[in-house]
Amino acid sequence: MTRSPAAGGAGLTRPGLAWALPATAFFAVFALVPLALVAVLSFTAWNGVDSPRAAGLANWTALLHDPVMLKSLWLSALLTTLGVLVQTPISLLLGVWAAGHQRHRAILSAIYFVPLLLSATAVSVLWRALLDPNFGLPAQAPWLFGDGNLLGSRDGAIGVLAFVGAWQWTPLHTLIYQGAARAIPQVLYQAAAIDGAGRLRQFWHVTLPQLRTTMVTSTVLMVVGGLTTFDTVLILTQGGPGTETTISAYYMYEQGFKSFDFGQASAIALVLVLVATLVSLAMVRLSGYDAMRAGTEGI
Amino acid sequence: MIRHMTRRQVRANYLAGLGSLVWLGVVGLPLVVLLTTTLRTQSDYATNGPLTLPKRLTLGNYTDALSQGFAQDLANTCLVTVSVVAVVLLLVPPLSYTIVRSRRRSVRTVFRVFLLGLAVPAQAVIVPMFYLISKAGLYDDLTGVVLPTAAFSLPICTLILTGTMREITPELYEAMAVDGASPWRVFWQLVLPLSRGGLATVVVFASLQAWNGFLFPLVLTQSDSTKVITLGLYSFQTEHGVNAPGLLSAVVLSMLPVLGVYLFARRALVQGLMGMGGK
Repeated sequence: MTRSPAAGGAGLTRPGLAWALPATAFFAVFALVPLALVAVLSFTAWNGVDSPRAAGLANWTALLHDPVMLKSLWLSALLTTLGVLVQTPISLLLGVWAAGHQRHRAILSAIYFVPLLLSATAVSVLWRALLDPNFGLPAQAPWLFGDGNLLGSRDGAIGVLAFVGAWQWTPLHTLIYQGAARAIPQVLYQAAAIDGAGRLRQFWHVTLPQLRTTMVTSTVLMVVGGLTTFDTVLILTQGGPGTETTISAYYMYEQGFKSFDFGQASAIALVLVLVATLVSLAMVRLSGYDAMRAGTEGI
Repeated sequence: MIRHMTRRQVRANYLAGLGSLVWLGVVGLPLVVLLTTTLRTQSDYATNGPLTLPKRLTLGNYTDALSQGFAQDLANTCLVTVSVVAVVLLLVPPLSYTIVRSRRRSVRTVFRVFLLGLAVPAQAVIVPMFYLISKAGLYDDLTGVVLPTAAFSLPICTLILTGTMREITPELYEAMAVDGASPWRVFWQLVLPLSRGGLATVVVFASLQAWNGFLFPLVLTQSDSTKVITLGLYSFQTEHGVNAPGLLSAVVLSMLPVLGVYLFARRALVQGLMGMGGK
């Protein structure tokens, strides 16, 4: 069988566009079309039963004047920031530590990893049971939990959400930092040691700079994850007390699947997508991640 | 001097050791409590609290959980997981192969679209997904859960597999071209066998996504007969939240298969989870 030389050198045949078509079509139907549809639905009124009908800018003007929406954005930002501030130092230190090849480190890393095996649902259900004011840990350790009803106060509920998020996601970021720390060339440490740098200075002047790109990746993940936190809020606080932990993703669910105002929910969803995309893009740009990528690819 | 330096590097880092033990407590204590709670009776838990050891060990909570519908939930979850993996395995390898081998500009655009897809959270599309799936008559049908779940694992699976396939050297392709191999034969005899590592990671990642998925089942199903395990945990928690031993037994049951994978295919699992990190 002969092939036309147009296929490229030495009769190389390459797969045509048809090979990519099934996956692309599938992805378009079940991800891109819905994404476009969310924009369309945000300009309609729809109760989930009848057909959606055009509603102009009604959802958007309502959203602008909705105090719960504004507060939910602020809460999302607060929880996301808390997540980054809590998880980054812990996972960075644990990851660098776990990058060592000692046996006990490997064993401990294997245990640290376990929360990642649980679904967000399972994690939330577990902590809800553990934090039950009557039967859980607070009843047994009042010195730590005060009156015990953590989820009954604003600060308590926010603290619990931040803690549970950290409990579940720190292992992932630890893993990311561990992988990156192992990739740092040993030569750099040897050179630093020859210059007389101790452990602390090696960490500061070798490890941290080498982990810059990883920090960006990890932080972007934390931000996107934080902004879209949902299961944890639904199971642990239902947005309460009052609307004190109603973050945007949960508010969207409530507006849609509890109040059956799907047009409004779509508008919130669109805001969520835009904010998440903009924040990630901004972080990638500000940190010079693009340039760094290009730089390392040049090597 | 060299010897002095190496000794210094090996010196134990006590501060880090202490910190790592503290974190072991934070992670380990809840897990120990999780396990002991499932092995004690409900009254024992209510009177003595979670931090004590069980008076008497029992497996009753597990058998109760299984007979109270969690067996059906687990079966549904298995079905969803296997189907999602099947869809992903059918779609992703040809796509990644094309991305790696094709020189067309359109293929590069396709790849970029999938990369952008990484940034789209599933939360954003639950309303239109509910609309589409209802219109398609798939509401409260596990097929309706499988399709979006698979679609949303495509970007990362494509990224993982493309990374693996890029490592196949051009010489191997050229060797096959000399034999006059068609793209189809190259795919079957060269690309797939050499991408086994990446494929394993993709399988593990897609199964994890499907197994732990909550949002799509939550908004796209409602009956007991289509309930998956995460929904089962959620509804059990809302209905009988006081029965912590029963509830936590279901939690343990839901994580057993994943734990199994962790023990036997640790490498692929770790890679798959790092895949969640987009790397």
